[in-house]
Amino acid sequence: MFSFCSDPASLEGTKWLACYLTTGKHMAFYASFGTVMVLLLITAPVALLFGFGGAVAARSPFLPLRWFGKSYTAVVRGVPDIAFFLFFVIALDQAFEYIRHKLKCPDWELPVRQGNDFVVCPEAKLPLSSSPQWVHETYGFFIAVLTFAIVFGAFAANVLHGAMRAVPRAQIETAEAYGMTRRQSFWRILVPQMWLYALPGLSNLWMILIKATPLLFLLGVEDIVYWARELGGAKTSAYAYPHPDWRLWYFLALLVFYLGLTRISEILLGRLSARLSHGRATLGSERQGRTA
Amino acid sequence: MKKMIAMSAALAVSAGMALAGSHGMTVRMGTEGAYPPYNFINDNGEVDGFERELGDELCKRAGLTCEWVTNEWDSIIPNLVSGNYDTIIAGMSITAERDEVIDFTQEYIPPSPSLYVALSDDADLKNGVIAAQTNTIQAAFVAESGATLVEFATPDETIAAVRNGEADAVLADSDFLKPIVAESGGELVIVDQVSIGGGVGMGLRESDTELKEKFNAAISSMKEDGTLNALIRKWFGEDAATF
Repeated sequence: MFSFCSDPASLEGTKWLACYLTTGKHMAFYASFGTVMVLLLITAPVALLFGFGGAVAARSPFLPLRWFGKSYTAVVRGVPDIAFFLFFVIALDQAFEYIRHKLKCPDWELPVRQGNDFVVCPEAKLPLSSSPQWVHETYGFFIAVLTFAIVFGAFAANVLHGAMRAVPRAQIETAEAYGMTRRQSFWRILVPQMWLYALPGLSNLWMILIKATPLLFLLGVEDIVYWARELGGAKTSAYAYPHPDWRLWYFLALLVFYLGLTRISEILLGRLSARLSHGRATLGSERQGRTA
Repeated sequence: MKKMIAMSAALAVSAGMALAGSHGMTVRMGTEGAYPPYNFINDNGEVDGFERELGDELCKRAGLTCEWVTNEWDSIIPNLVSGNYDTIIAGMSITAERDEVIDFTQEYIPPSPSLYVALSDDADLKNGVIAAQTNTIQAAFVAESGATLVEFATPDETIAAVRNGEADAVLADSDFLKPIVAESGGELVIVDQVSIGGGVGMGLRESDTELKEKFNAAISSMKEDGTLNALIRKWFGEDAATF
């Protein structure tokens, strides 16, 4: 980074620190904060979409769809996150590869399962083993987004299902009295009103999602906790910048980051809640009316 | 966000190119990246160490294109058999238990002793608390020895546990511990030495016999011309066991 960094062993004090904090490894650490933020920003809407689908399915008049919606929320919520992240992801990856294997290599004769091994033809590998490392990392990242979305979608489905039931029945009856179809009253009356009831549950989920991002490393994505542990660990002179155990400082930095993130989220969610309560006959809006 | 969209588009394109054929097979080398001097992530964020240098040389001799990947030690075998990379080159001792799940090349590091390291000479190795990394031969040895075993995910954490008093001693490979003891300024001392496990070899899928033979041939050629011994001395010191 700086021109004086070429010989780390001769440096001292602030110069050493300046060089140390700008090594390639530290740059990867700083970039991983971006990875976590991008993951959160993609996962949250996708999980909400999964949750919405799950909630709609769970209240569908069509029985198999209702079963699907209910079993999705029940099963996924019941499986421990760590088990889900360790086994489901490998299974998901293998399922993708198996489908590609069937499509791309119909002439392949060897069995896919050979003892413990899972072997598909080279053309079916996902990503291809010849692809550059960043493709592998991006693929891992999207597998992570998908897994997070499935897990958090199940919780969101439960929250939204409850929120849909919390909208007063009289509202729907009025809509029906005006001659709206089931579909119309759902999209025009139920959905716009349910968000207020869903918000406390969803904001909880958001906070839990923020804290769940270290599970990324189980999926091979190098996240901030991985780098903090790796950089903070005691370093011998095999490294260019030897130092004792500094994990405490790195994890303190993470603490500040996570607390900052939750604080900002709280402020934004509070504003969103205020906006949603506007003009609504709920406890929250009445309290607002009185203070304003 | 835009970048992610561009990336996913690129991903789709490269997946589409799969049809173009399978020329240029790349061998993905899986390592832990937290076990100096065997393998570690250097300050530029790249895999470095004895095994990096060895692996690159083996790939050159076998005429393979190799790419380095890091994976957590705990899930390093499941990810190999499910095909996320093609080899494990991570200071992994050849044991009968592991050999049931994966295959090993011939050893590229001869058997070397493990050390007990503690804060003082009188640490209780028989009944005390001993730290070791999860799923290692050392952890299995401590579990059988009657001492209380505490396991950690990374080698670095086992040392930290001794330093902060959580464990009475740590049991790990001598080549990993020696530089740490030497640079601790007298804080850490070697208490005892035990010989456990065989040599270190590369792990491969059992179905991957062709690749195994290629690496076996490359290791043999490095043993014959003495380059392997030179490499061992370079990374593990002049008194390290050689072939």
